[in-house]
Amino acid sequence: MSAHILAIENLTVALPAWSDRKHAVSNVSISIGTKEILCIVGESGSGKSIMGKAILGLLPKPHVRATGGRIVFERRDLLGLPEDEMRKLRGGRIAMIFQEPMTALNPLMKVGRQIDEVLEVHTDLKPHKRKARVLALINDVRLPDPERIVNSYPHQLSGGQRQRIVIAMALALEPALIIADEPTTALDVTTQAQILHLMKELQRAHGTSILFITHDFGVVAEIADRVAVMRHGEIVEAGSADDVLRNPQADYTKALIAAVPGLKPRLKDAEAARPLLVVRDLEKTYVTAGGFGGAPRRVTAVNKVSLELGRQSSLALVGESGSGKSTLARCIIGLEVPEGGEILLDGARISGLTRNQLRPYRRDIQMIFQDPFASLNPRQRIGNIIALGPMIQGVSREQAIAEARELLSLVGLKPEAADRYPHEFSGGQRQRIGIARALAVKPKLIVADEPVSALDVSVQKQVLELLNDLRHKFGLSMLFITHDLRVAATVCEDIAIMQRGVIVEHGPTAKIFANPEHPYTRSLLDAVPGKEWINALP
Amino acid sequence: MKLFWQRFLGNPRVIIGLAWLAMVVFVALFANVLAPRDPFSIVAVPFIRPSGAYWLGTDSLGRDVLAGLMHGARTTLLIAVFATLAAVAFGTLVGAIAGYYGGNIDDVLMRLTEFFQTIPSFLFAIVLIAVLSPSAMNLVIAISVVSWPPITRVVRGEVLSVKSREFVQAAIVAGQRDSAILLTQVLPNTLSPLIVTGSLLVATAILVESALSFLGLGAPNQMSWGFMIGAGRSFLRDAWWLVTVPGIAILLTVLAINLVGEGLNDALNPRLADL
Repeated sequence: MSAHILAIENLTVALPAWSDRKHAVSNVSISIGTKEILCIVGESGSGKSIMGKAILGLLPKPHVRATGGRIVFERRDLLGLPEDEMRKLRGGRIAMIFQEPMTALNPLMKVGRQIDEVLEVHTDLKPHKRKARVLALINDVRLPDPERIVNSYPHQLSGGQRQRIVIAMALALEPALIIADEPTTALDVTTQAQILHLMKELQRAHGTSILFITHDFGVVAEIADRVAVMRHGEIVEAGSADDVLRNPQADYTKALIAAVPGLKPRLKDAEAARPLLVVRDLEKTYVTAGGFGGAPRRVTAVNKVSLELGRQSSLALVGESGSGKSTLARCIIGLEVPEGGEILLDGARISGLTRNQLRPYRRDIQMIFQDPFASLNPRQRIGNIIALGPMIQGVSREQAIAEARELLSLVGLKPEAADRYPHEFSGGQRQRIGIARALAVKPKLIVADEPVSALDVSVQKQVLELLNDLRHKFGLSMLFITHDLRVAATVCEDIAIMQRGVIVEHGPTAKIFANPEHPYTRSLLDAVPGKEWINALP
Repeated sequence: MKLFWQRFLGNPRVIIGLAWLAMVVFVALFANVLAPRDPFSIVAVPFIRPSGAYWLGTDSLGRDVLAGLMHGARTTLLIAVFATLAAVAFGTLVGAIAGYYGGNIDDVLMRLTEFFQTIPSFLFAIVLIAVLSPSAMNLVIAISVVSWPPITRVVRGEVLSVKSREFVQAAIVAGQRDSAILLTQVLPNTLSPLIVTGSLLVATAILVESALSFLGLGAPNQMSWGFMIGAGRSFLRDAWWLVTVPGIAILLTVLAINLVGEGLNDALNPRLADL
């Protein structure tokens, strides 16, 4: 262990007095070797991001501050370094890549100029030398047509291209260490695979060390040389990637790895007779008015989509952002009005109805929403939130509240939760409440729009298991919208893959996994992070 | 995280503001008991300086300034509070409908709001009083007519952001009617900024009321602070207290309301206060 680039020794970061725990990071010691990728894995609240910020001196002072330990980088303790020395280090010897490239870039400045600015501030290079360097960097991160990219504004680039620009900025000064905080979390899965590949390649070529913060064990399996697992501000396990991933020692690591959804396709129980939901030639186009007399912009979100969903079966609608999967779901649930085609629920046509006409059908079709923090009204008690649907369908208030209590115990919460407000619950608990609300009217079909994508992996597993139990108990059909093939495979017997508003492939999960026909399906399957590792798991 | 009341009352500026407001409200409520005689009645010779018998002196006609101040507090506060309530009610209604339904309804309502916003509000109030004739009721109408547009804009903005949240969609999926969604799901979540804007609006209403009374457009036969300043302004050099005393009362009351409003804002949006 001779060549450490960065050594963290007994680092402790204090949280403000009103927090639920005293230290964001407590007594953590870890080091990163030269030319090494160290992954810090943990769930939300584990202190992994705070640790990254502590290294760069970006803690939100004065409430959060380092109270003990040392961070030694190139024989200097970063915690004791004055602010102007730190500024020279940041972007110079240590660079940072953030999660959301859109907010990391200045929207009013051409991206070429933004890279150029890094060079201007930190080096004495002449303008024409800098220009050449900027073009070389853009070339390095595999962006096509550097001359055009240099003169683009961030909003003219895609998410993946923006993240490449951020990486180019990070590489501009040949840093010794890059701290990457969830750099691929906001990206689509195929883009994520490309960015991970690029980061690994550039890291090898430039001999940089990377501290890679992530919550996703699949990503760890793709990129890490060494892994540290964090929980409640402490490191529970650290070691080489192979050891930790294939032979975890700590119970917590074992539980986390067990919670990673596998790629084992779910099999069909029985062939359903008459379909519950039929969608025929559905069309939805968004028209946005062009500003200042410009031509209006048309985006075809759903383009002549047809699908069928049998009784007591489940279909996963998989696609990347912008594929139209959420729009399709919102048309089915009646939150959007499609322009063409029809939707039949149990033989009855529900498309083209007004909201009043649709009301009786609400007892058959319900929705689970994505964001557990936005989907519950903060000013209503849980009991009232759950009881709303049945009360609209004519159930008396007392009975609806009593049923809400039963439902709460069914989804694994205490019946007393009915008297409390949403802010008293965690994300996973809130999602259980959201599920209870959807079940309250005893629907036949549930549309779930990314119900677990906002949750930590261990909570995600519990919620998926709960959904599975309830499906059998209530005899539900489920339309499950997700961007994650791993989740789709664990939940649903059938999969429909959507791309640019069209279903490109539709069939049983097992068949699609074994023999993907459409090239896009193949690229999605290839892009699943840590695929070989997941398949090798018992 | 501390509770709302702890954050609100733990702020010393709020305590100062509340203390002054409590005193003004107390005096306004019990003006008849504290100064039982008609404030317009002549009690002594004119222009007595503030002294033991008449704490704040007498005015040009020999009326007690302290009694006027107490009864004036009642008139001024009543008009300001009712005008604010009317403005908040109307502004909320318009803003909520515009924000929730959007589209053409929004366009029409917001153009209407802008129409009212572009007229200089004080001149508009003067015109309204001139047309309607001065009375307490018409003052309330005039002040609320010129002060509802900002409420509308605040409510519309909040409704726009709240209605796109998932719990509103959940209510739609549950089959709740628009009016019920607006009342039970959306509006309760716009309360914080509405309370803050509303409380600050009381201060503006006091100023407008005082200014109108100063010009002689206030409620006739009712003592008010603005009227007192207006009546005493020609004697500024001989009897300074006639203008200064009600002037300071207005200043302190408006300041107190602003302190409380700011305190409400800090307590309702704790994250902003931390920054």
